[in-house]
Amino acid sequence: MSTDTFSHLSQAADERPDKITVKDLSFHYGDFQALTDINVGISSKAVTAFIGPSGCGKSTFLRCFNRMNDLIPGTRVDGLVTLDDQDIYAPGVDPVDLRRRVGMIFQQPNPFPMSIYDNVAYGPRLHGVKRKAELDEIVERSLERANLWKEVKDILGRNGLSLSGGQQQRLCIARVLAVEPEVMLMDEPCSAIDPTSVQKIEDLMAELTDRITIIIVTHNMQQAARVSEYTAFFLQEVAGEPAVLVEFDRTTNIFTSPKDRRTEDYITGRFG
Amino acid sequence: MNKSVTNIIALSILWLAAGITVVVLFAVISYVFVNGISQISPAFIFTWPHGVNAEGGVWPTIVSTMYVTVLAMLIVAPIAVLAAVYLAEYAVQGRLVGMIRFAADSLASVPSIVMGLFGLALFVEAAGLRFSMLSAALALSFLMLPIVMRATEEAIRAVPKYIRWGSYGLGATKWQTVSRIVIPAAMPRIITGIILATGRAVGETAVVIYTMGQAINLPITPLDSGRPMTVHLYVLAMEGINLPAAYGTALLLMVLILGFNLGARYFLRRASKRM
Repeated sequence: MSTDTFSHLSQAADERPDKITVKDLSFHYGDFQALTDINVGISSKAVTAFIGPSGCGKSTFLRCFNRMNDLIPGTRVDGLVTLDDQDIYAPGVDPVDLRRRVGMIFQQPNPFPMSIYDNVAYGPRLHGVKRKAELDEIVERSLERANLWKEVKDILGRNGLSLSGGQQQRLCIARVLAVEPEVMLMDEPCSAIDPTSVQKIEDLMAELTDRITIIIVTHNMQQAARVSEYTAFFLQEVAGEPAVLVEFDRTTNIFTSPKDRRTEDYITGRFG
Repeated sequence: MNKSVTNIIALSILWLAAGITVVVLFAVISYVFVNGISQISPAFIFTWPHGVNAEGGVWPTIVSTMYVTVLAMLIVAPIAVLAAVYLAEYAVQGRLVGMIRFAADSLASVPSIVMGLFGLALFVEAAGLRFSMLSAALALSFLMLPIVMRATEEAIRAVPKYIRWGSYGLGATKWQTVSRIVIPAAMPRIITGIILATGRAVGETAVVIYTMGQAINLPITPLDSGRPMTVHLYVLAMEGINLPAAYGTALLLMVLILGFNLGARYFLRRASKRM
């Protein structure tokens, strides 16, 4: 299994340096092992999609990259995860600092119950930016990059929760962009919002890869095909057994000539 | 029995039960209102009682009640809120926290006269604070503490998890998340809890009768004694001194508590709008 994955890994990684590498990762919720033997390299400044049936551990795996799983009691990560060749689970690493470098967008848009401006300024303020002019500039730039500025520039004082679901999700993206992360994790970011906003989010993802690395978990295969350069397919074959990374390759290869029979079955809609 | 007949009987019983509740509530309020309204005047509110039959106004008792309530609130609010933040956010959830919660709930159901006796022994006598605003406020704070603490805990738990994740995901520490996101989001409900506890304190009699004294006195410092509205009402009515003035005081007291409850509703409504 793992040698097989490594051959795909080396194929996929030949063009860009890897931003994140994962070696022999396994993950436990208490006694239940959710993931086993995961090896993968995430290319820098590209979009990588994680696909697979629900419950296959792709969101769990995503949360390993910013140590969000640390917040869930009883979880355990084994194996190696590196960001720019630095082990993010090493004893000296503060998850709080890590999460600033590796931002996250959730399935449910989750603006804070405060103004649009304060939502975006929240991260910079946490990290010590106090000057009004500087904050103004960060807020405008982040909202621009999140494709939301035009819609909200005159209502920055309004509560973030008064926006539509799709606008709220873009506000959350702006909020993450405001702290200048190197990596953005997106956990099914479009599954709870309207199609127009989905379009806008997919557009901005393409623009963002000029600076940042994006990993998106999606159950929508068309979306994976549209937005990503690389795709990883996860599968839990037997209930109660850990999920595995079945295949990882360039997205075009996954969708046109998958090497694994199980990948082919999934993308042609035979299960899941 | 015929199904529709059963239905009618059940409905009648439910209707009767609801009707009794409304009638009782209406009877109490209207009785106090009818008997008290003739007493209410600016002079009644803003002048001192005088003479053997306590004619005149109730001003010092209003001041005593407000004084002790505000003092108790200032003592309770920070302690109860911080304790609740610790219990809800930091303490390892387990038997110890469960026991603290149970103790708080039990404390809330201790008869207030027992709390008054305790206040008399501890604050008035042992601590040497004598009959004073401070003694009464401390004893009242024991009564208010569990109410505010449990309300705050519920308020904090009602803040959705995914909002906290948003904060952690931006590289916020636990304290930054708690102080900048969780507490502000929970604030309207916390304030509601404080107001409800305060309303309870305004209407409290047994605790203050033991700890504040009965002297009609306009308190200035926290160590001054006084006579709260509830005790004034009790003395006027039980000793048959001046029943009309007792009803007037009762009406004022009810209006004051109604004011607190309306305030609590206002904040709660704001809270539900924001979540």
